Amino acid sequence: MRREWMEIVEHNAVAKDTYRMVLKGQIAEEVKDPGQFVHIQVSERFFLRRPVSIADVHPDKSEITLLYKVLGDGTEALTEKQTGDKLDVLGPGGQGFPVEEDVREALIVGGGIGVPPLYYLAKQLVEQGIKVTTVLGFRSKEESFLVEEFKDLGAVYVTTDDGSLGEQGLVTDRTGELKGSFDTYFACGPTVMLKAIANQLDDVRGYLSMEERMGCGIGACFACVVHTPEDDEKGYRRVCCDGPVFKAKEVVL
Amino acid sequence: MDISISLPGLDLKNPIMPASGCFGFGKEFAQFYDLSDLGAIILKAATGEKRYGNEAPRVAETSSGMLNAIGLQNPGVEKIVNEEIPFLKAYDTPLIANVSGSTMEEYEHVAATICKEVDALELNISCPNVKEGGVQFGTDPRLAEEVTSRVKSVSTVPVYVKLSPNVTDIVALAKAAASGGADGLSMINTLTGMKIDPATRKPIISNQTGGLSGPAVKPVAIRMIHQVYQAVNLPIIGMGGIETTDDIIEYMLAGASAVAVGSANFKNPLICKELIEQLPEALERYGFSSIEEVIGGAHHETAASGLFRA
Ligand SMILES: Cc1cc2nc3c(=O)[nH]c(=O)nc-3n(C[C@H](O)[C@H](O)[C@H](O)COP(=O)(O)OP(=O)(O)OC[C@H]3O[C@@H](n4cnc5c(N)ncnc54)[C@H](O)[C@@H]3O)c2cc1C
Ligand SMILES: Cc1cc2nc3c(=O)[nH]c(=O)nc-3n(C[C@H](O)[C@H](O)[C@H](O)COP(=O)(O)O)c2cc1C
Ligand code: FES
Repeated sequence: MRREWMEIVEHNAVAKDTYRMVLKGQIAEEVKDPGQFVHIQVSERFFLRRPVSIADVHPDKSEITLLYKVLGDGTEALTEKQTGDKLDVLGPGGQGFPVEEDVREALIVGGGIGVPPLYYLAKQLVEQGIKVTTVLGFRSKEESFLVEEFKDLGAVYVTTDDGSLGEQGLVTDRTGELKGSFDTYFACGPTVMLKAIANQLDDVRGYLSMEERMGCGIGACFACVVHTPEDDEKGYRRVCCDGPVFKAKEVVL
Repeated sequence: MDISISLPGLDLKNPIMPASGCFGFGKEFAQFYDLSDLGAIILKAATGEKRYGNEAPRVAETSSGMLNAIGLQNPGVEKIVNEEIPFLKAYDTPLIANVSGSTMEEYEHVAATICKEVDALELNISCPNVKEGGVQFGTDPRLAEEVTSRVKSVSTVPVYVKLSPNVTDIVALAKAAASGGADGLSMINTLTGMKIDPATRKPIISNQTGGLSGPAVKPVAIRMIHQVYQAVNLPIIGMGGIETTDDIIEYMLAGASAVAVGSANFKNPLICKELIEQLPEALERYGFSSIEEVIGGAHHETAASGLFRA
């Protein structure tokens, strides 16, 4: 983990209110697993950093790719950054998705802005000869992204709220039918989605990536704490450093 | 320039230390720099038993600062002594334990247990984020005096009382701590605040209120330290929104003998180290020839007014 001024080498819109940013720097060489994040200081105007997942890594070029959606002032201000600008980045942070496990067939479930870290995960899984099936949920076609990229890695099912892309409905409409065709699932998205998936796939090994508001992003301030089930002695996990990825039953959703 | 400072129980290589709750028990920051560089380390709050703290969200961003309502989450004083402090003892840096509680007895128990392991105590009678105890000890001068004297009588190391800014008369509280036998003061803790999300129409922090920290509170802290310095003869550790060496000099001019850096560690995990490196040159730039000359400098008749106008 380091603090670094990374150079913005690419920055473009990829969907409605959604941007792709490629950053160059040493942090790219230190990414351990898919699902880790960087903590970004957008500008002096903002007191807190913003956590954004690493969506892809090119260690040979020292580059990481981020995909972010404008949801407030900080992400809005981020869109104004130009190629060539330097960005104050802390990272890579957190524990990502384990890929060394004895996985043969994986199901990937992403909802909205939870999709980005799953792309780097899918690439890593495929590289290890694991069969990947992906279910992506978006609000609408114009808010969808990465769909074609996932198609290069395996079967992809898309659901949208309004039916403008793929099937109308929720990711769980599809994941239920796929049950039995995978031994492990990996999910990232809104908490309601994670809850629904964890309930539906209760008897399957799964990993979930969680979101919580952060202070330090490195494990020191205890802002990002979530509960664990009652039999856990510690009683809590910090999303920024114990997570953001947890075993499905490790934390209370 | 020599920037070392001696305070009761504390021989500081420099007057800069991380503030309680903003530095954990040091481990996370040890990956960024050598903790022996720090003037001292103030530990995260310790209570008698393990505490989970408040529900998330626990932080919210504000203009020039942030709100937090962690709620004193910690593993309890025994675990801190056995599992956290040994790591920090490997560094050549004085340790200050932040002692918290809900009752007089809890404060005494925590202080008596942890004092053997550290160089000084910071008595936290000012946490705004816990339901019972905490801040009431810090807003009622009678209780402040009593808890100070009870902790003093069980502690084998000097006690710095951490004052709450959520009072109308800070001097009354400072005097109460002094009558209770405090060896020093630490000020300020966070100011109680709230932020409401227009989209949900609800406070963002689940505890509703949180403690405001960051540059937004600095003028309040400077004013309070300036007042207390004149009224009470105790060394002060100043804090609230410190981000630059100018901030540190301002605190010391108001009357602080040392300073703590809190939420700025979240922005820049290397901030304390950078400020330590920059301080000597900054002091020279303003014409100071020693660190002692800065402390309380705003109160001295002999202050070199006009020196820098040219
Ligand atoms: C581990 C992790 C990975 C993430 N990865 C991505 C990603 O790849 N792409 C993406 O678009 N977004 C991601 N997010 C969400 C992203 O951090 C927020 O959308 C962003 O912080 C909003 O900032 P803002 O200033 O635009 O919004 P505001 O609402 O103005 O932000 C105010 C404060 O709340 C915090 N905040 C608001 N929403 C969230 C949230 N959902 N999670 C955490 N903090 C929040 C902000 O960081 C800031 O401190 C991730 C969050 C986490 C915790
Ligand atoms: C996340 C967070 C946790 C804190 N926890 C404690 C604590 O446990 N005990 C305490 O005495 N003060 C605590 N504080 C207050 C700080 O030590 C400090 O007094 C205050 O934040 C002002 O300094 P700053 O503006 O530099 O952050 C906390 C502050 C923050 C932001
Ligand atoms: S954000 Fe500080 S501990 Fe996780």
